[in-house]
Amino acid sequence: MSDASTVPDQTGPLKTADGKPLKSALAAAQAHRTRRAFYLVAPLLFFVLITFLLPIGQMLTMSVNNSSFYSWLDRDTGEKIPLMVELREWFDETPAGTEPDEAAYAALVSGLVHARDVKAAGQIGTRINYDVSRTRSLFTKTARKAPKMEPPYKEALLDADEDWANPRLWGAMRNASKAFTIDFYLSALDRTRDDQGNIVKIDEERAVYLLLFKRTLIMSALITFMTLLLGFPIAHLLAILPLRHSNLLMIFVLLPFWTSLLVRTTSWIVLLQSQGVVNDLWVSLGIISDEGRLQMIYNQTGTIIAMTHILLPFMVLPLYSVMRPIDPSYVRAARSLGATSWTAFRRIYLPQTIPGIGAGGLLVFILSVGYYITPALVGGSTGQLISNLIAFHMQNSLNWSLAAALASLLLFCVLLLYWLYDRLVGIDNLKLG
Amino acid sequence: MKKTLILTTALTGFAFAAGAEEITVMSWGGAYAKSQIEGYHKPFTEKTGVKVISVDADNPATPIKAQVEAGNVTVDVVDVEYPDAVRLCDEGLLEEIDPSILPPGADGTPAEEDFLDGAISDCLVTTIVFSTLYGYDSTKFEGEAPSTIADLFDMEKFPGKRGMRKAPKTTLEMALMADGVAPEDVYEVLETDEGVDRAFAKLDTIKDNVVWWEAGAQPPQLLADGEVVMTTAYNGRLFNAAVGEGQPFVMVYDGQVMDYDGYAIPKGAPNLERALEFLVFATETEQLAEQAKWISYGPARKSSAPFVGLYQDGKTEMGPHMPTSPENLEGALTTDYEFWVDYNTELSERFNAWLAQ
Repeated sequence: MSDASTVPDQTGPLKTADGKPLKSALAAAQAHRTRRAFYLVAPLLFFVLITFLLPIGQMLTMSVNNSSFYSWLDRDTGEKIPLMVELREWFDETPAGTEPDEAAYAALVSGLVHARDVKAAGQIGTRINYDVSRTRSLFTKTARKAPKMEPPYKEALLDADEDWANPRLWGAMRNASKAFTIDFYLSALDRTRDDQGNIVKIDEERAVYLLLFKRTLIMSALITFMTLLLGFPIAHLLAILPLRHSNLLMIFVLLPFWTSLLVRTTSWIVLLQSQGVVNDLWVSLGIISDEGRLQMIYNQTGTIIAMTHILLPFMVLPLYSVMRPIDPSYVRAARSLGATSWTAFRRIYLPQTIPGIGAGGLLVFILSVGYYITPALVGGSTGQLISNLIAFHMQNSLNWSLAAALASLLLFCVLLLYWLYDRLVGIDNLKLG
Repeated sequence: MKKTLILTTALTGFAFAAGAEEITVMSWGGAYAKSQIEGYHKPFTEKTGVKVISVDADNPATPIKAQVEAGNVTVDVVDVEYPDAVRLCDEGLLEEIDPSILPPGADGTPAEEDFLDGAISDCLVTTIVFSTLYGYDSTKFEGEAPSTIADLFDMEKFPGKRGMRKAPKTTLEMALMADGVAPEDVYEVLETDEGVDRAFAKLDTIKDNVVWWEAGAQPPQLLADGEVVMTTAYNGRLFNAAVGEGQPFVMVYDGQVMDYDGYAIPKGAPNLERALEFLVFATETEQLAEQAKWISYGPARKSSAPFVGLYQDGKTEMGPHMPTSPENLEGALTTDYEFWVDYNTELSERFNAWLAQ
């Protein structure tokens, strides 16, 4: 191609040997290259799309949309059957906070009869029970009686259970019948709605999520700081030792990294528990008395110690990769110009390691924000992170919408921090190894 | 439905072609599945010639839900916990079982009276009763040893760490019983705000000394490590550690909280007739007693108690180790599933908040 361009056409624009304009030939070659590159990354793109973006999209949808109050999937036919149709119409026609009239009660009864026919009463009750306690059995029991009810329906329903007059229950049903709701985000932020539908704080004794979000962020920051404190000297030593020795040392860093996470976590239990190795040693050395054994596991201390150890390699490796190529003559030059060793470190060495610190810090922080197994095993009651509650709602309470809302909030937090990092340090300034 | 019918026909055809009938039973694996194979599967094959295939799952309720929802059911009988059965039944995933097909007990008591209260639900026939109770390490207490549920919460009389299950269910009930609420009043009290406050106030008295566990294997380990001096646990796990492995653990039945577990049939089971036959056979008096020889979970029929014999080691009398044996039933509580279905959300929130603070 370079040959062709050296033989320019005298009159027109530049052309290749076979007579095509150079510009379009170049564009075609470029396009070909881009296509080839795209084919190469296509499998990965496809993989990321299926396993990463799709689930995240689903999670975001689930956090604002829960259709179990108004839609039921028939397993024999695969059809989606709408539930509570008349009641939803009534909700559409009346403003929030309207006192339910006879028409509303009649709609409710016909909805319950239908729900019983298709066996969806349990599903509806479960949905409302997320917002108002003691309502799941209210729905299933009343649905059983509903076919025999006669007008006036208000009286019939209140006869069956006077809880049907509860304005909070009606508010919850109104919210649950909407296709989109922010209620799960409200719950995830320790908020709820009162009888009039206003957003209010939840009872102090039931508020837990904000506290745990705060605790998760603070503990993650602390763990990141600890890994930096411990990892920096190790990485420095690795970088300045001759390769022969540093390779051996590197193995020591990597060996735990290759060991199962579960094994490392349970080893910490063996070491730190009150009848464990560390306490036994201290008692035998007379540092603490037998009665005064320290509680170092099943609390925050345990979580911080175990997670710092487990995440340490994620700090050491990026730091090492940044420190290795730093020329030692810079520091020597600074010293020869009269800088103290501290000044030389602070003004010459440290600034050059910033990309490594940033990368390691971001890695460790983001990993620890979402950490689950270690706090579940050694966290006890005070060392729990928000991920443990997300798991609780996935596996135990089966309130997947709330789990999704909590997870989305966590994702937003991380994205916000990433953005902040980009503004403050600059993401180009990141070196992952 | 049509799909299921075709599948059923195809599978039945296959079974006939193979010359021998078989059914598939899904359970939890481990020592528990073994007890069922010995107690139910082998005798059933002997009696009817129908081969029983045993498959395992971590919690059979999950794969059953997936199978029925996908319309591809391969399991005929499934072993599920009571609350899961209620939930799956509500969602229309299980066959409803007519209690009149269950035979009377060996002593002639009609089935509905012979089974423990509530043990026969719309879709589930209970086979075993397991309980959450507390046990202690007998080497840690010279002199007086803990004997009541109140002792679990008495830090002055019995100092030392406690192990407790990290969930409101059973924990709140035990706290109330320790605070002097009679077992029959527990759920009535727990329905009120004051009752919940009272339970948490009782838990507050030991909160600083509790190690919380989640998996059933943890509490015997905590006891063996000396990490706690007493802990709540599932009775089968403690029995296994105490009798099977010879650990010095003692179980305290006062204030135990009992749960049901049993057999159900998924909607669209390939061999419905045989599945029902198996279910009826397995829940007869003698068969329930037979299973109890292999694991310390109590049979769901009252008439089974006299038939329960020795543990597989050939010397341990199983009777006293059953949560349902008469002397252990004193001060025992049976979980109210309706209550927990309704209150789980609220009380879990409160419990999680209480733990985190």
